[in-house]
Amino acid sequence: MAETEERLRRTMMFVPGNNPAMLKDAGIYGADSIMFDLEDAVSLQEKDAARDLVYEALKTVEYGTAEKVVRVNGVDTPFYKDDVRAMVKAGIDVIRLPKTETAAMIQELVKDVAAAEQEFGRPEGSTHVMAAIESAKGVVNVNAIAAASDRMIGVALSAEDYTTDMKTHRYPDGRELEYARNVILHAARAAGIAAFDTVFTNLDDEEGLIRETKFIHQLGFDGKSVINPRQIPVINAVYAPTKAEIQTAQQVIAAIAEAHEKGSGVISLNGQMVDRPVALRAQRVMRLAQASHLVDEEGNYVEE
Amino acid sequence: MSKNNVGVDISDDILSTYDYKPFAGTQLGNPVSHRVAPTVRAQFGENKVVDSIAQVVKAEVKDGMTISFHHHLREGDQVFNEVMQVIIDAGIKDLTLAPSSLTNVMNDMVVKAIQAGTVTHITSSGMRGSLGDAVSHGALKTPVIFRSHGGRARAIETGKIKIDVAFLGVPNADEQGNANGMTGDAAFGSLGYALMDAKYANKVVLLTDNLVPYPNTPASINQTQVDYVVKVDQVGDPDKIGSGATRFTKDPKELKIAQMVNDVITHSAYFKDGFSFQTGSGGAALAVTRYLRQAMLDKHITASFALGGITKPTTDLLAEGLVRKVMDVQDFDKGAADSMHTNPAQQEIDASWYADPFNKGAMVDKLDVVILSALQVDTHFNVNVLTGSDGVLRGAVGGHQDAATAKLTIISAPLVRGRLATIVPQMTSITTPGESIDVVVTEIGIAINPDRQDLVAALSHIPGVPVFTIDELAAKAEAIVGKPAPIEYTDRPVALVEYRDGSLIDVIHQVKE
Repeated sequence: MAETEERLRRTMMFVPGNNPAMLKDAGIYGADSIMFDLEDAVSLQEKDAARDLVYEALKTVEYGTAEKVVRVNGVDTPFYKDDVRAMVKAGIDVIRLPKTETAAMIQELVKDVAAAEQEFGRPEGSTHVMAAIESAKGVVNVNAIAAASDRMIGVALSAEDYTTDMKTHRYPDGRELEYARNVILHAARAAGIAAFDTVFTNLDDEEGLIRETKFIHQLGFDGKSVINPRQIPVINAVYAPTKAEIQTAQQVIAAIAEAHEKGSGVISLNGQMVDRPVALRAQRVMRLAQASHLVDEEGNYVEE
Repeated sequence: MSKNNVGVDISDDILSTYDYKPFAGTQLGNPVSHRVAPTVRAQFGENKVVDSIAQVVKAEVKDGMTISFHHHLREGDQVFNEVMQVIIDAGIKDLTLAPSSLTNVMNDMVVKAIQAGTVTHITSSGMRGSLGDAVSHGALKTPVIFRSHGGRARAIETGKIKIDVAFLGVPNADEQGNANGMTGDAAFGSLGYALMDAKYANKVVLLTDNLVPYPNTPASINQTQVDYVVKVDQVGDPDKIGSGATRFTKDPKELKIAQMVNDVITHSAYFKDGFSFQTGSGGAALAVTRYLRQAMLDKHITASFALGGITKPTTDLLAEGLVRKVMDVQDFDKGAADSMHTNPAQQEIDASWYADPFNKGAMVDKLDVVILSALQVDTHFNVNVLTGSDGVLRGAVGGHQDAATAKLTIISAPLVRGRLATIVPQMTSITTPGESIDVVVTEIGIAINPDRQDLVAALSHIPGVPVFTIDELAAKAEAIVGKPAPIEYTDRPVALVEYRDGSLIDVIHQVKE
């Protein structure tokens, strides 16, 4: 799953599947992942229309390098099967399963996805899946869920439903989410997949968004779900590496290149050994720096 | 038949009937012209106040005359409709209406005046709504002449527009006609466009709801110019004059465009200490002002002046010291109007000083950066701000052609609006020549006029600002909304669009029913 490891997923932007204008423009805001929603954003009588609309959007609209994700309706709804078939046919990158509570639900989804790939002639294994954890049961089972399939690319916390299930609600300091965030993050990291934090719902509280993003960045989340494009630059700014971090990363990468040139197996920088974690971190910093427009195409630091 | 510089075929009949030369390019050389002077009837301190509009109309307005109004009161204007109704009721015919522009609140009255035979000729900056509809479908026998704000100033100064009677609403005046736009219930700030009428009309009639003690200062219009002062109940609805408290857009697409416009400005050679700029009043333009403010703070840059139609975000920059002077031809909101009253660095300028190409130097000649809007942009960078995709009049030239002569002219426009493409192979009319347009900014990226290789070099590698050719943008727009069926027109011209120098840039024809 090298390709999924390398992908930046700082932001996953929710786009209502029944809104043509938003579907048309979803690609322009620089979201790392775009999540087309067929579930909660769409009323019952619009389910089929939204599915058709998202299908056509995926076939016609340019979304650039963004990862295309769809939130299908739950396995217990009459829309689920058609959602999965249509989205696989359209060539979606990732299917996000809402209200995931067991590994068996993911395995069921994977079976349906594989069948759809076969039905529509899509390359086997080309459709990935991810799980949204929205309940206590989901949190308790998240280790198994994260490891349920090779197709899994990530787990996401959905805090609105989860806090309701926990008989609480969201607080500004987020302490009610401490356990879920840490468990989900560990499950994701143990399985080698991405971890997405929940949405920050108050659009007018930019300081609150920055505070929460700094916190989940510190914990180690890949990024956050976002409900409005305006949140994207704010989150990206938190994830942007500092000039010092970029320079260190450049030195590490140069040292690796130099060692390769000399055929040396041991890489050192300023007397310190450069081992795999250091090398991986340097690569990630440079990807972030490029995505944050802090370095140019050749990797040179852009002086502001 | 002649082809003008933007490829429009113009019949010899039109050129000779209306005495026009085809548009030949934006470089105007140093034309020599004569300024006309108005007729003046001397007065010696008699009280100029009269109680009724009817009295003035009866004394001064005759069949076949040219009358004018300003549009500083915008959608709150209560002067235009009141005066026009009196003129219609007086049975006066065959007038030429020559306002600085026509706002929506005036539409129905103009249509009524056309139907009554009161108005048979119109020259304006623009028109829209029911009036635009009526004219586009042939309501007038002679075509409307559209002029930019600078073009109107030139036409007035050179006598192409000879105003017999100007009816000018003001929020304050004394009994001799000393007046300004800054105080009173209907205060709107700069009187920039009306100053032309006050200077050049044969008869100047001020209408005010606020008679103040003599002498009234500061006087933008002064008693040497004024024949009558009419006391009316209300010249304007304060709630509709300005756009109220200006709020920054929350529309993510407008913000995205604004961010890219800002990137284009700050990566250009013009973004340096002492630069000058003009922004419009649209959502994206206001957001640009916010981004620009941050960029100016970050780089320790101040602007020498901001020009044109002014909004509070711009006067805030003045108050903050980031802009040294505001050169103000009109104010779009109450905040900007208030600032003109309190801040001496905010200079009221008339339309000639702002943009007249035939005077001894206009402010736009010194303008570095301008951000303008567009209804349509074609693949030659020509811009249409007058007609909709259906060919019907629904806009105004405003200062578009004038400000577009700036060193860096940026058009900010979404690639598509709903199901309509903005970047198109063929527009419904041409307002501003592509020769003066440098960069088009859409939500998906920018296109740079290939005539500006200096900008191609400076702007092609801005992180997060994709560069396309204008043809690529047009193709992307068409891929989204499809190819529209061409609009069908009759042979009958309904409007002539002048370039700012008075040459003919386009002829707008009646749309087929």
